[in-house]
Amino acid sequence: MLTFNLLVLVALAYVAFLFAVAFAAERRAARGDDGWLRSPLIYTLSLSIYCTAWTFYGAVGYAARSGLEYLTIYLGPSLVMIGWFWVVRKLVRIGRTQRITSIADLISSRYGKSTALGVIVTILVVVGITPYIALQLQSITLSFSVFVDPGGDVPAGASRDAVALWSAAGLALFTILFGTRNLDANERHHGVVLAIAVEAVVKLCALLAVGIFVVWGIGRGWTDMLARIDASPIADWSQPGGRWVGLTFLSAAAFLCLPRMFQVLVVENGNERHLVTASWAFPLYLLLMSLFVVPIAVLGLDLMPAGSNPDLFVLTLPLSQGRDGLAMLSFLGGFSSATSMVIVATIALATMVSNHIVVPVWLRLRRDGSMIAGDVRGVVLLARRVSIAAVLALGYVYFRLSGGGAALSAIGLIAFVGVTQILPAMIGGIFWRGATGLGAAAGLVSGFAIWVWTLFLPSFGADAVIPAQVMAQGPWGIGWLRPHAFFGVQGIDPVMHAMIWSMLVNTSLFLIVSMLTFPNPLERMQGAQFVNVFEHSAGTRAWGQTAAAAEDLLIMAQRIIGAADAQAIFLRAAQAQGKPGYLPDVTPDFIALLERELAGSVGAATAHAMVGQFTEGASVTVEDLIAVADEAAQILEYSTQLEAKSAELEQTAGQLRAANEKLTALSVQKDSFLSQISHELRTPMTSIRAFSEILRDGDTGPAEQQKYAGIIQDEALRLTRLLDDLLDLDVLEHGQVELHRQRGQLRDVIDRAVSAAGPRGGRLRLVRRRADEAIMLETDLERLAQVFINLIANAQKYCNAADPVLRIEVARLGAGYAVDFVDNGTGISPEHRQVIFEKFSRLTDPGRAGGAGLGLAICREIMARLGGGIDYLPGQGGAAFRVVLPVADAMAAQ
Amino acid sequence: MARRVLLIEDEPNIIEAISFILSRDGWTVHAHADGTTAFDRVRALPPDLIILDVMLPGRSGFDILRDLRAAPALAAIPVLMLTARGQTKDRELAERLGVSLFMTKPFSNAEVLANVRALVAE
Repeated sequence: MLTFNLLVLVALAYVAFLFAVAFAAERRAARGDDGWLRSPLIYTLSLSIYCTAWTFYGAVGYAARSGLEYLTIYLGPSLVMIGWFWVVRKLVRIGRTQRITSIADLISSRYGKSTALGVIVTILVVVGITPYIALQLQSITLSFSVFVDPGGDVPAGASRDAVALWSAAGLALFTILFGTRNLDANERHHGVVLAIAVEAVVKLCALLAVGIFVVWGIGRGWTDMLARIDASPIADWSQPGGRWVGLTFLSAAAFLCLPRMFQVLVVENGNERHLVTASWAFPLYLLLMSLFVVPIAVLGLDLMPAGSNPDLFVLTLPLSQGRDGLAMLSFLGGFSSATSMVIVATIALATMVSNHIVVPVWLRLRRDGSMIAGDVRGVVLLARRVSIAAVLALGYVYFRLSGGGAALSAIGLIAFVGVTQILPAMIGGIFWRGATGLGAAAGLVSGFAIWVWTLFLPSFGADAVIPAQVMAQGPWGIGWLRPHAFFGVQGIDPVMHAMIWSMLVNTSLFLIVSMLTFPNPLERMQGAQFVNVFEHSAGTRAWGQTAAAAEDLLIMAQRIIGAADAQAIFLRAAQAQGKPGYLPDVTPDFIALLERELAGSVGAATAHAMVGQFTEGASVTVEDLIAVADEAAQILEYSTQLEAKSAELEQTAGQLRAANEKLTALSVQKDSFLSQISHELRTPMTSIRAFSEILRDGDTGPAEQQKYAGIIQDEALRLTRLLDDLLDLDVLEHGQVELHRQRGQLRDVIDRAVSAAGPRGGRLRLVRRRADEAIMLETDLERLAQVFINLIANAQKYCNAADPVLRIEVARLGAGYAVDFVDNGTGISPEHRQVIFEKFSRLTDPGRAGGAGLGLAICREIMARLGGGIDYLPGQGGAAFRVVLPVADAMAAQ
Repeated sequence: MARRVLLIEDEPNIIEAISFILSRDGWTVHAHADGTTAFDRVRALPPDLIILDVMLPGRSGFDILRDLRAAPALAAIPVLMLTARGQTKDRELAERLGVSLFMTKPFSNAEVLANVRALVAE
């Protein structure tokens, strides 16, 4: 008998071997020597993760229980691969041109880069696949337990749970090490893929070895075997045709929709031509995998004691015959099946969770332009690693909670039905331009809900989640909502029942809602790109001319895909445009290209939002221009049906007009900025020139000379101040601002501002309540003081009361604080309040102001950078400004 | 009698400079810093020459010029427009409104003086 310790040792050695294989593959790939790593053979073998422990061990059990029905699980994928030309080829082409990272990304990208759809699909697959991962953990622990001598040489702590825990931890380590080596999913995971291919060979050899041993070792060859099969109950099972068709459809759909299959089939695909090989080689692999299933089942039923678990025949048959080596090989086969599935499924799920949930949330939290300041690359990698650990932890927790019992064994088909909910949105999305995001969402959500209610929740067992009474009579006694008898349809097996209803409702809603809704322009454009991917793989996505600076985009791209890759992309693009250096013109083509490259790392929706942050900085949003470009393209395409589309035309014209108006407004804004800046520079220059000429003429007295030199100096200072302000504002608006965060008292910051602003306007009286100002801040105190100085200086200059008073008050705002600056002058009229924060918006005469009207614009930029805000506070009598301190930075008075 | 120049300008330092240059040459310089009341001031004086800024508090130099050219009694007074807004369209607008001479800031003192002399001698 094999000892438990030896088993652990062999498993560890095998894992170490896989690490070595993956590591060597990564090394080779890093050297650029990855020719054979990308061969069609490796690709085909990597597809074998379809065969999980559920198929390795379970197929025999399935055959022992239900006869040849297990074949449907192999039949569906075989049909998909044989018919690769129709669906798989299109998916792979779309995956490459659109740089799709996961199935959630595919759906999100197709329907207008919708964040919501990405989240829906991600949640759906996490819910569906987590139990499936738990099933793999169960199979590992189960196979370990088979070897444990009932007498028990099990070391303390090596319980079932411990095996599962250590397996999960080991798998997490492997996946993090080789699954997140680089960010760009399109760079592919050479190490992981090769390790999977090796595991594919191991599990095939193991199953074949056990089969050969069973037929020729125990039995006496094929003839004897066939006789035994005829004699066994397996030959008697009748196979209802409808169920066969249903299960075949289900396995075919799952083959396309399972996140791990999408990962190896589409994302890891290095070359479309590999599909040609895989189209015959993969069905052949499945055939070999299924060849000996029936003989093993038959002999198992014959030879093993009654009541032994048919799911473990593959292990227990060799063991019972004293073939420890064969049992060990078989164990490694099952171990390979489980680990390879878990690794790839986890990579796929983690990519979705991080791209569609973690990173968008993170981006939303840091909306203040820190896109440039923060290292997105690090965040995305960290998010992915944490997601991997979380997914595996979730699988482990599920395994513990479900007790690892019978509830798990059905989970394979249950998960299949769950992920199949994606099928209508996916197939519809790549073949039908009329499919809309709302339709997809309606189908997905309804199908998902029905699946949860009719199959997933009941799978926990009676009374576990759904009370037995609800199962029997429906919720609140509504009979037609009974989980296993929707609309009173009874007597179908739960899996078929759930599949029929969920697919029926899902597909119907998808079609109906799609026909009733109008896709937005981006959605329509993506739809055209997906459906017509073979016609224009080069990509015709049009971006509007934008004000985004190439340098800003480069900085952002470097943070996401790394400096070397980003520079290479920019360099290539610049060369293609015939420009020297790293900065190409920001053309629509270039932006589309860049967005696709970034999508490979962070998903389409996020990439679009990130590029959008820069390209939409101008008053004319990119969205508008896309809308215009897209509508125009649509009109060309449908020119023959123009009469019928007059409403659409109207809409297009409206959008064009609006975009045109915005462009005009932008141009006027730029002209007026130039004219104002020229005016502000010329005015002090005029005084300087005039007085320097007067002094040079030399017919002035000493007192006048003194005075005029003073004026020249003042005006020169004014010029300097103006240039400083302009540079400051430019840096704040566009550049990389370094914030020097430190802790300090609000009171000290106000003190500093008051003394800095003090000497110039002694007349203004300040009223403060210093006790309220005892608030600890952690922010850039210098910048905050700059804002306060500006506000005090404004009150000094503009407050027109006879006895000017400025009140500085601290106000409590929810979790944070604000500081109000209120004077007792006549205030600012409502129509002017709109413009005071704009550049050069000086309201009164320059003699009194002595500034260029940049102060409040600078204040607004500073507060935005600090994560707070500044606003005019109406209804205070005089002019009043409220500075909202950044919430996270303000800490309550201690 | 010394010839009178009305300087409509809101920058104190520029008023000081032009006043110095013209006074030295024997002109009497009146300065007015507000756009809204500038027209009344012209009517009250009236001067032999007006030096007019464009960006004025209350009312722009273009508006004042338009009013002047429309008032029969004042239409003949030469107007030297002196502005920091040097764009072509500003110059064209001033010429359409009937400006006598359009100069941009900063200027050379000698040039201003020569132009003032020439405009009044005409």
